[in-house]
Amino acid sequence: MSTNDKGLSATRAPKLSLLSERNLPLLATAIVSLAALALIGQFDTWVTLTLAGLAMGMMIFVMASGLTLVFGLMDVLNFGHGAFISLGAFAGISVLLMLPSWTGADVAFLNIAAILLAVVAAMGLTGVAGYVFERVIVKPVYGDHLKQILITMGGLIVTEQLIYVLWGPDEITILRPLALQGSFTFGTIAIEKFRLLAVVLGLIIFFAMRWTLNGTRLGLVIRAGVENREMVSALGYRISMVFILVFVAGSALAGFGGVLWGLYEEVVTAHMGMNVMILIFIVVIIGGLGSVEGCFIGALMVGLLANYTGYLAPKVALGSNILLMVLILMWRPEGLLPVNKSR
Amino acid sequence: MFSYIFSGDFPRSKLLTLLLVVIVVGLVLTPWLFPGSRSMETAMRIAIFIVLVASYDLLLGYTGIVSFAHTMFFGIGAYGVAITLNEMGRGYDAIFIGTALGFVGSVLLAFLIGLFSLRVKAIFFAMVTLAVASAFTLLVSQLYQFTGGEDGLTYSIPRELSPAFKLMKDKVFGVSINGKLVLYYCILFASFGLFLFMLRVVNSPFGRVLQAIRENEFRAEAIGYRTVIYRTATNCLAAGMAALAGSLMAIWLKYTGPDTTLSLNIMVDILLMVVIGGMGTLYGAVIGSTLFIMAQNYLQELMKVASDQFSAMGLPLLPDLIHPDRWLLWFGILFILSVYFFPTGIVGRLRKAKT
Amino acid sequence: MSDQLCLNLQGVHTHIGQYHILQGVDMKVPRGGVTMLLGRNGAGKTTTMRTIMGLWQASQGSVTFNGSDITKMETHDISKNGISYVPEDMGIFSALSVKENMILAARTGEMDEARLDWIFQLFPAMKKFWNWPAGNLSGGQKQMLAISRAVIEPSSLLLVDEPTKGLAPAIIGALTEAFVELKQTDTTILMVEQNFQMAKTIGDTVCVMDDGRVVHSGKMSDLAENEQLQEQLLGLSMGAHQ
Repeated sequence: MSTNDKGLSATRAPKLSLLSERNLPLLATAIVSLAALALIGQFDTWVTLTLAGLAMGMMIFVMASGLTLVFGLMDVLNFGHGAFISLGAFAGISVLLMLPSWTGADVAFLNIAAILLAVVAAMGLTGVAGYVFERVIVKPVYGDHLKQILITMGGLIVTEQLIYVLWGPDEITILRPLALQGSFTFGTIAIEKFRLLAVVLGLIIFFAMRWTLNGTRLGLVIRAGVENREMVSALGYRISMVFILVFVAGSALAGFGGVLWGLYEEVVTAHMGMNVMILIFIVVIIGGLGSVEGCFIGALMVGLLANYTGYLAPKVALGSNILLMVLILMWRPEGLLPVNKSR
Repeated sequence: MFSYIFSGDFPRSKLLTLLLVVIVVGLVLTPWLFPGSRSMETAMRIAIFIVLVASYDLLLGYTGIVSFAHTMFFGIGAYGVAITLNEMGRGYDAIFIGTALGFVGSVLLAFLIGLFSLRVKAIFFAMVTLAVASAFTLLVSQLYQFTGGEDGLTYSIPRELSPAFKLMKDKVFGVSINGKLVLYYCILFASFGLFLFMLRVVNSPFGRVLQAIRENEFRAEAIGYRTVIYRTATNCLAAGMAALAGSLMAIWLKYTGPDTTLSLNIMVDILLMVVIGGMGTLYGAVIGSTLFIMAQNYLQELMKVASDQFSAMGLPLLPDLIHPDRWLLWFGILFILSVYFFPTGIVGRLRKAKT
Repeated sequence: MSDQLCLNLQGVHTHIGQYHILQGVDMKVPRGGVTMLLGRNGAGKTTTMRTIMGLWQASQGSVTFNGSDITKMETHDISKNGISYVPEDMGIFSALSVKENMILAARTGEMDEARLDWIFQLFPAMKKFWNWPAGNLSGGQKQMLAISRAVIEPSSLLLVDEPTKGLAPAIIGALTEAFVELKQTDTTILMVEQNFQMAKTIGDTVCVMDDGRVVHSGKMSDLAENEQLQEQLLGLSMGAHQ
């Protein structure tokens, strides 16, 4: 592609300034975070809370990104997404329970390998489940929002029940692998290991998604499809294949997030996906329906705010994200980084 | 006269009429036909859910709005009565004030939510209401001084409505005529009344406009109907009806807690009942609620027998699939099939079969 | 005979929801040159284009393209068979840059440099705003991008739906020149147009639609000379039935 740039005296694209419209949300997050520092007053506590908030935000982002991507491209809001989170958590935890010698070993490498294996298994299973879901449940109702909501709710119920059938009715508790228990300490600052891992993995996913969307041809097709599906197919792309691909990827991300969330809470239940869906919806609305970057910032905001308010004013902590949603929608009714849509 | 009672909207199918008659007669005669407190509990639940599900159908079936906040209004009605009974003691004044407060509160809240979000797409409304409902549930558990938090509230209702109050010395056909029986019929007829009121609403000119909006929103708007106003009004009406159903529930159970009123599971149940019974026809609410609650209470026993049988035969997986706790699995599948193949539900099917 | 035809519609009916829009369209587009599709609003011109493109399915009749039946084909296969499309709303991806819009249209992802240079000659603005978000372009520039995008790959048929809609006269002039230039290539063009002046300038043959049918077809020059026919078909389109 770069060959086409040769010898072009193209006018430079308008440079985005630091204070441009699109950067404001990120700036706002940073300001909130600094304001929290002033309110909390202790640096070490603030660092711990900020890391906890970032970790929570990253995990929510991983779970929410698939939902928002699917919505952006296909205009489908998948309530069944929550079931994939649970399904992924169960699959991942099962793998970990099957490998006690790996997770219990005092070897960080084996611990991490066990988690990676669990993630791969979870993503594999939820990816396949997503494929079936798209073909059987969602495909017949493209374009009909009412039926989509109903039918994906139905899919959620059935998938949840199938989890009960396969894994039994009880919740499963799990300890994190040895290397991820406890925290690193630097002076008075304690950094929980698992949270650090969550932040790292979340960042990897975010940048991988950004790279895919902005740096590959597939990403180009997806971004174009978000705006105008008809035109993409009129340019010769089989949009239905792209739909399947994105749906499967979105479901697999839900599975990935499910494993992380399960390890974070150290317990998995069939209902966990639906419970966290409320947070995810808030994040997706805040970010702007269909926007991956908006979803990222929204998730960070929700995660940080939950932890700051949890420390400063535990009473309002649980409702803080709803408050945040209302405030953001008053500021930007379409969400932080809305997506252009022609139809 | 019938035409007046049913607002001219008859079941329009012999089988459906028969089913409805069986349900109504069954509910009226439950204390005699199926003595025992369990069957009475089931019958009451059916009666109250008919109102609740019908009110949800006003939203979903008549205007195509998907709300996940319907249990919130149900809960507001229930907590209204529960809190006044708890604070003011067992009295009719408490019941009336609580019911009125719950009703007014629900309508106002529905109005606010409507102002805020009814202009937006269905999907957005669904998500916002889900978030609002979950925030409300949190609020209820936080305000435990008033609401009893997770444990809920247990309270007494006026003595004349309790089993200890005997109207007659002797039993009539084996059933003692006590305050509980009076309460049973009060709630049953209140439910019937509310249902018939909603039937009247959907068959009024107002209801016709709602149907026009559902069929083609742009056209309705173009003809000159302010769709937002109609939707907000429906949202308020549905919320008010749900609150009244909640008050009835609170009076009957003498207990109100998050699990009986606010939980997301109840919301899902309502959704299943509306769709399986039939969207866009209030009779669907009757069929859906009855079928669902009967299944909830009695299908499980049937499944248990079958599951034990298969389990004894040593079959794999199958016993788990029809384990009594998995009845929702089958209803979920039925729900999906309903949305695909007969979106007008059982009632729609029956009406079609006739013609 | 039929191998002289680029596109042949026979008795095409298209329903959109409950509306019966195309009611038996018979239309022959000869290979090479520009065929103009005229008619009043609501006559079914856009629906005809979309039906050819497979964006709406014909419920009856057949669409034959270069001798093969494409009636039931999916849009992306129709596109791959060599039909490119400039829709009425231009279908620009406004969040993507001009360059990215073009890359999407290049089948292999690599653009042919000679062809790109030729496009830059036709529309210098494309070169100027190459790395800009397409959403920042003016209406006329967006139309130029939509056309550039449709011709970056050589195609045997180009469908253009009302390219001059809402554009200033100066830009219409530039577009007209570009289409005159495009006529020199092998590509057949089928264009919906309301601007009769432009239609007259670049059209070789013409089809006029009314009420979901083609009511007149012939040489553009014949229609251009016959003012009475123009009046009958386009001026007083209610009279087109007689």
